[in-house]
Amino acid sequence: MPDLTSVNIYEQQRRNIRLTILIMIVFVLFFTFLGYGFDLFFWGNDPLGLVGESYGFPLATLIALILSSIFAGYGLQSGAKAVLSSTGAYLVPENEPKYQTLRNVVGEMKIASGLPMPKVYIIPDPDPNAFATGKNPENSHIAVTEGLIEKLNREELQAVVAHEMSHIKNYDIRLMTIIAALIGAIALLSEFAIRGMRFGGLSGNRKRSSRGGGGSGPIVIILLIIWIIGIIMAPIFSRLLAMAVSRRREYLADASASELTRNPLALAKALEKIEKAAEPTKSIKKGSAHLCIVNPLGLKVNEREGSFADLFATHPPISKRILALKSMAYHLKG
Amino acid sequence: MELFIFLILVVVISGYVIMKYNTLITLRNQVENGWKQIDVQLKRRHDLIPNLVNTVKGYMEFEQDTLKQVIAARNAAVNAKGVKDTAVKEGELSGVLTRLFALFENYPNLKANQNVMQLQEELTSTENKVSFARQFYNDIAMKFNIAQEVFPANIIAKVFSFKRAELFEVTVAEEREVPKVNLSLKN
Repeated sequence: MPDLTSVNIYEQQRRNIRLTILIMIVFVLFFTFLGYGFDLFFWGNDPLGLVGESYGFPLATLIALILSSIFAGYGLQSGAKAVLSSTGAYLVPENEPKYQTLRNVVGEMKIASGLPMPKVYIIPDPDPNAFATGKNPENSHIAVTEGLIEKLNREELQAVVAHEMSHIKNYDIRLMTIIAALIGAIALLSEFAIRGMRFGGLSGNRKRSSRGGGGSGPIVIILLIIWIIGIIMAPIFSRLLAMAVSRRREYLADASASELTRNPLALAKALEKIEKAAEPTKSIKKGSAHLCIVNPLGLKVNEREGSFADLFATHPPISKRILALKSMAYHLKG
Repeated sequence: MELFIFLILVVVISGYVIMKYNTLITLRNQVENGWKQIDVQLKRRHDLIPNLVNTVKGYMEFEQDTLKQVIAARNAAVNAKGVKDTAVKEGELSGVLTRLFALFENYPNLKANQNVMQLQEELTSTENKVSFARQFYNDIAMKFNIAQEVFPANIIAKVFSFKRAELFEVTVAEEREVPKVNLSLKN
């Protein structure tokens, strides 16, 4: 469990930036591999000359490479906008007394964290939840639901904003936003691929049986199996990845939030309130669930512990987080 | 050969000096920036207070003394010079302000006045901002001071006459004292 004093933000920033790049590279490579498989299995063309002959233009490989690079770049550049608009979030109106406290606590946390001011959004949803997104601290966004503003008091709202600020400071937002964008891209592309497989299968198989087949049996079959599994499992894997990446970061953001506000109990109380209103946050889609402070899907899996629950939950059990925060509060007093 | 080694030494040492000097300059600018952040909030607070006092005056006829204290503390804070003096005066101002807010509880009419509630929210927020800006400022000032003291950077600091940054310290007693005042008033 992270200790309040042992949170090293700079190390975490570096790790997140590295992991973001790694995930983008893996994503591009994975799709290039899928494209390569297309060339190989349907057109009998092995552009790399690994298991068969190379002839002609590696069309599918190139298309996959270009498309996935575009998606990855787009995800980095505009992922935040996509995530925000998918929730129906709107910029918090200036001079509206109802949102005065929200604007103020964001300003307070901006000062406490020493970051630039994030843009603040309201999500029209009665269920309390919040998330942060963006490319970097200079281009960051915090969105909270109407329910959050209604149900939490000032201190608790401040704590939630501090939690989101910590995600911004750690560059969690970049990582999470990229992942959200890539989950979307993977869902889209794997649908393409499955359709293409049917289409390609009809015209390509004949060609392959007449041309290829010479001496590269088992390796091709293994590749084919990996390839098919890759296409089918990619959407699931991407979500598992999102979950694994997000869960660890929630503890850390809780700890850094308490460091900002010096008030871990307020965050514990906020989490308790958010948990009590456990209905799903309808405005937030599956693909961006890992961004939120509390899982918006209202899955009971987040309450359970154990390895299975740990694998599928985007967030650690709230009870564990509350306990960690309360022990922090105890240590702060002592 | 000797010349070569000598040249390398010169390059390394001057490189180190330049690097440290730049670090110290950067830190000094950050300290100044940190102080500006506090200052902006303090100014805002000073501007808000007369507004609040004028708005609540009519409601709180029996608390004229407290209101006078608030104004006096505010004027003292406006005229404070230097980090240390400012810290003390602002601490006192925070004390009387919190006492005033505690008194609001006795006036249900005030609670119903949206203008007053907004002013109170703004003041609470500037108060929080001051305390967060203070943490930030103190952290960076501490870093700046340490960077000047460690060897061999202390030589560079002395040669270029860097000065230690003053910390913005608030006496804790004043911050904690407040709730008791509210209790005594109810007697």
